[in-house]
Amino acid sequence: MSAADSTAAIDAVFRIEFPRLVASLARLVNDIGLAEELAQDALVDALIQWPRDGTPRNPGAWLMTVAKRKAIDRIRRDRTFEAKQSLLVVDAEIDTDRAGFRDDLDQSPIEDDRLRLLFVACHPVLSVPSRITLALRFLGGLNTTEIARAFLQPEATVAQRLVRAKKTIADAGVPFEVPTGDDRDSRLASVLEVIYLIFNEGYSATAGDDWIRPDLCAEALRLGRLLAALSPDDPEVHGLLALMELQSSRLAARVGPDRKPVLLLDQDRRVWDRLLITRGLSSLDQAGQLTDAPGPYALQAAIASCHARAVRAEHTDWDELVRLYELLARAMPSPVVDLNRAVAVSMASGPAAGLVLVDHLCDSNTLDQYHLLHSVRGDLLAKLGRHVEARAEFEIAESLAQNAAERELAAERVRAIGHQADNAP
Amino acid sequence: MRFFGYTLGDESAPQPEPTPEFFEEMGKFMEEATTAGVIVATGGIAPTMMGAKITLKDGAFTVVDGPFAEAKELIGGWALVECRDLAEAIEWSKRFVGVLGEGEVRVRPVFGPE
Repeated sequence: MSAADSTAAIDAVFRIEFPRLVASLARLVNDIGLAEELAQDALVDALIQWPRDGTPRNPGAWLMTVAKRKAIDRIRRDRTFEAKQSLLVVDAEIDTDRAGFRDDLDQSPIEDDRLRLLFVACHPVLSVPSRITLALRFLGGLNTTEIARAFLQPEATVAQRLVRAKKTIADAGVPFEVPTGDDRDSRLASVLEVIYLIFNEGYSATAGDDWIRPDLCAEALRLGRLLAALSPDDPEVHGLLALMELQSSRLAARVGPDRKPVLLLDQDRRVWDRLLITRGLSSLDQAGQLTDAPGPYALQAAIASCHARAVRAEHTDWDELVRLYELLARAMPSPVVDLNRAVAVSMASGPAAGLVLVDHLCDSNTLDQYHLLHSVRGDLLAKLGRHVEARAEFEIAESLAQNAAERELAAERVRAIGHQADNAP
Repeated sequence: MRFFGYTLGDESAPQPEPTPEFFEEMGKFMEEATTAGVIVATGGIAPTMMGAKITLKDGAFTVVDGPFAEAKELIGGWALVECRDLAEAIEWSKRFVGVLGEGEVRVRPVFGPE
């Protein structure tokens, strides 16, 4: 194995172990920034020692022990009473590690720490971009370069955001714990939101030339699967996971050979990923077993499952979709949901019925700047033979689209309908 | 990226009976890999003597019942894993074969939307 190979191997170990190291260390030293430093110091030791002495049989345990020793050294230098208290904890843990070989196979304590860390990373004291950055860094194990690449942002911006976020957490004295009681619901909502934002940026990118970024979807899925394992009693955790698994199942069909977006009803369903559909349906089932009143994520997953179950687009159960969108509109009132409901109504009861709802939305002015409102309205008008008005809507959609691929799709519809519009009476 | 990992070996060679400790350790490994979102599907494969080989050549099918006489077969376990790159998939494979004690695992990328 070449030197480069062995560095890649150590990197892989570290990427896998880093989130676990930081989680455990953060509980011990009660400081995420310090935990990160200690974990990195342990990596430096590994990079020196492993190529020389061979990779340890259990590299994760090795890194954890080295990092905890470094924590002790730091705390010894720091002489406050509080610090001494932590010292006792760390000492005890190292003893356990030594004696019990397989403290490191027993996942539960570390997994509890990871759940705590996830809640801290998604704390409302932080800005949403900071939450996303911390979650990818400390739960996903991505480094600054990787996060910057994922979000097409300058590395310096991401690095700065990380520094500020860690300081904000320290200054606010955010405790390293999983919230309980009423607090838990809103904090969990923030965790779910962060994961879904990461997913959505991959599923329909708002920046850059690519319409989808599968790597980001994969990171979000990883976090969703982790959360479902760490917090299995929350129905919405499974609801979100189901939603992401089901949506991911369509990634390969979502982009055409020319890299242009392909709309759901036009997708080649034979390339949908059956494994992810099965996983999604099973997560949805788990969510359903935990509550009779599905939340917004479970309802959106149910909607996605409706499409997933239809082998061909014309088999879609639109009446069921209308029913689900009505439930969703009640659980999570939003003009975007109303827009989707209008589409479902138009499929179930015809374009005229859908247009009534869309026009109602237009009157409320809430979605004026949303390109999909105009492309939906254009679609319905076109189906009703009102080609001139339809073209005008597609032109507005084109001017509002944020993503190059979406803009191109809208432009294509303008061209496609242009001919019919020109020949309109 | 998704990878397909599988154990490879000579199925006619005698396999030691797995111990309860082995099952325990393997269970813990599977739990860890699943929690990490790495394993997305996994399963076991029965010996070739329970299967069949289907060939189509010059428009004619040949169906041969197992066992097949290849020196090395996909034996026992397989898993579909979701990793960021091959290096990660190799690391997880090492951990898996570490639980086996010894053996050969192969891991290959699965094409997907990238």
